[in-house]
Amino acid sequence: MAINWFKYAAPINFYPLAGKLIPWFAILSALLCATGLYLGFVVAPADATQGEFYRIIFIHVPSSILSMFLYMIMAAYAAMGLIFNTRLSSMMATAIAPTGALFTFIALWTGALWGKPMWGAWWVWDARLTSELILLFLYLGFISLHASIDDPRRADRAAALLAIVGSVNVPIIYFSVKWWNTLHQGSTIKFTGTSMQITMQQAMFTMLAACWLYAMAIALTRVRSIILERERNTQWVAELAEVKQ
Amino acid sequence: MKTLFYLLMLVVRRDLILAMRRRADVLTTLIFFVMVVSLFPLGVGPETDMLRKMAPGVLWVAALLSSMLSLGRLFSADYLDGTLEQMLLVPQPLSMLVLGKIASHWMVSGLPLVLLTPVLGLQFDMSIAAIGMLMLTLLLGTPILSMVGAIGAALTLGLRGGGVLLSLLVLPLCIPVLIFGTGAVQAVVSGMNVSAHLSLMGALLVLALVFTPWVTAQALRISME
Amino acid sequence: MNLDIWMHAHPLTYVLIGSYGVAFLIFAIEIAMVLHKRKITLQQVRLMHEASEEE
Repeated sequence: MAINWFKYAAPINFYPLAGKLIPWFAILSALLCATGLYLGFVVAPADATQGEFYRIIFIHVPSSILSMFLYMIMAAYAAMGLIFNTRLSSMMATAIAPTGALFTFIALWTGALWGKPMWGAWWVWDARLTSELILLFLYLGFISLHASIDDPRRADRAAALLAIVGSVNVPIIYFSVKWWNTLHQGSTIKFTGTSMQITMQQAMFTMLAACWLYAMAIALTRVRSIILERERNTQWVAELAEVKQ
Repeated sequence: MKTLFYLLMLVVRRDLILAMRRRADVLTTLIFFVMVVSLFPLGVGPETDMLRKMAPGVLWVAALLSSMLSLGRLFSADYLDGTLEQMLLVPQPLSMLVLGKIASHWMVSGLPLVLLTPVLGLQFDMSIAAIGMLMLTLLLGTPILSMVGAIGAALTLGLRGGGVLLSLLVLPLCIPVLIFGTGAVQAVVSGMNVSAHLSLMGALLVLALVFTPWVTAQALRISME
Repeated sequence: MNLDIWMHAHPLTYVLIGSYGVAFLIFAIEIAMVLHKRKITLQQVRLMHEASEEE
């Protein structure tokens, strides 16, 4: 069975496909989250040095991985929309941005809460946390720029250019912050100093999968609303069951 | 004699003449720079040791903020009177015109900051060596700020959010320049090797020179269609 | 300080409420916002079509 993938590049076909996928992603995400939390809090033992506090990593590490991953995906979709002029790609980028920003915030918040028992301070300017903060600024810049432009086409393309410039900058920013941090010697404690036990790793990967599926479900739901908004004047939207009521 | 260099000089000359006619815009940005720098001691106290340590960071952040303020002017005047539209239609490469505009913008907003640095550095009791290095890093860095900022200025052309939105977009991208610039001055102060910081800044400058005019031209086309 | 002492006495509670509690709260708010946006978008599209049908 050959699937014509390009068919789904059109909003009219993507909309129902996304609609079918969302419940599956949502349910799977919830199940994996429950499993992950069980593995992380009941099965995995307390850490030798950090005690119970280390259990924050099961939400902190997935959120920070996802925050960076979602930025790259958002920039990739935006770039596709800019280069190939595909409307749906730009809509996906716009849909992903808020989720990425929220994951970045969660990474920062949980990072701070982990830092307090570890290093005694709510915020330490270590390279990773500082880079996360800058990443949050990049997300907010993308969202603000898109929101400030009334014409959707110009908004999509301008924000896409910004996202591309941002993603090129991310390695430069990360490197310079790392440098800055080692020069201003603060604490050298690493987040994952000791090698992790198998159960801890399993819990972390389960939570990572759960967050990933959650992000997909949310982004797809958001993009369906965006599609409805942008395509509201078309025939196929008028014929939709949820519109006809 | 219509070489690209001739075109570049033409644009630079034109923009400089226009800037001189609106001297007030240029001067107010410089006054802003001086005022921001003077606010820090008022805020944190006059203890000279602390001020000396803060100085490179304070001057660099002030330079960043002043650049952000002045970047709004880069394209807005030409956008409002229709010249920018004409520039987009010209057969010569738009990136050349953009480079010319950025160069003249830097000459009236970045370069004066570099020249003002010794005076402000003395306010913070910086050593001569430190002031010298600070001037060098600002000399290398302010063009980068103008160039990266030009992308932001092109993207936010004619928008309500204006200057603040531009700052929000551009400031994160300027952080590496800030880090290397202040790092070099601190290295000089503590007697360590500056070559790494300076070569990295040089690399960023070259990268910016190669890519930003073209990216800015694309951003202008996006904003103007 | 009070928080420090309490934190070390009840580490699990600190972790659960402070981190996971906040994270899940954020997720809940995000889900609510996305569903709300869908609801009002559908409303607006419906209104728009009804208005054009009346012409």
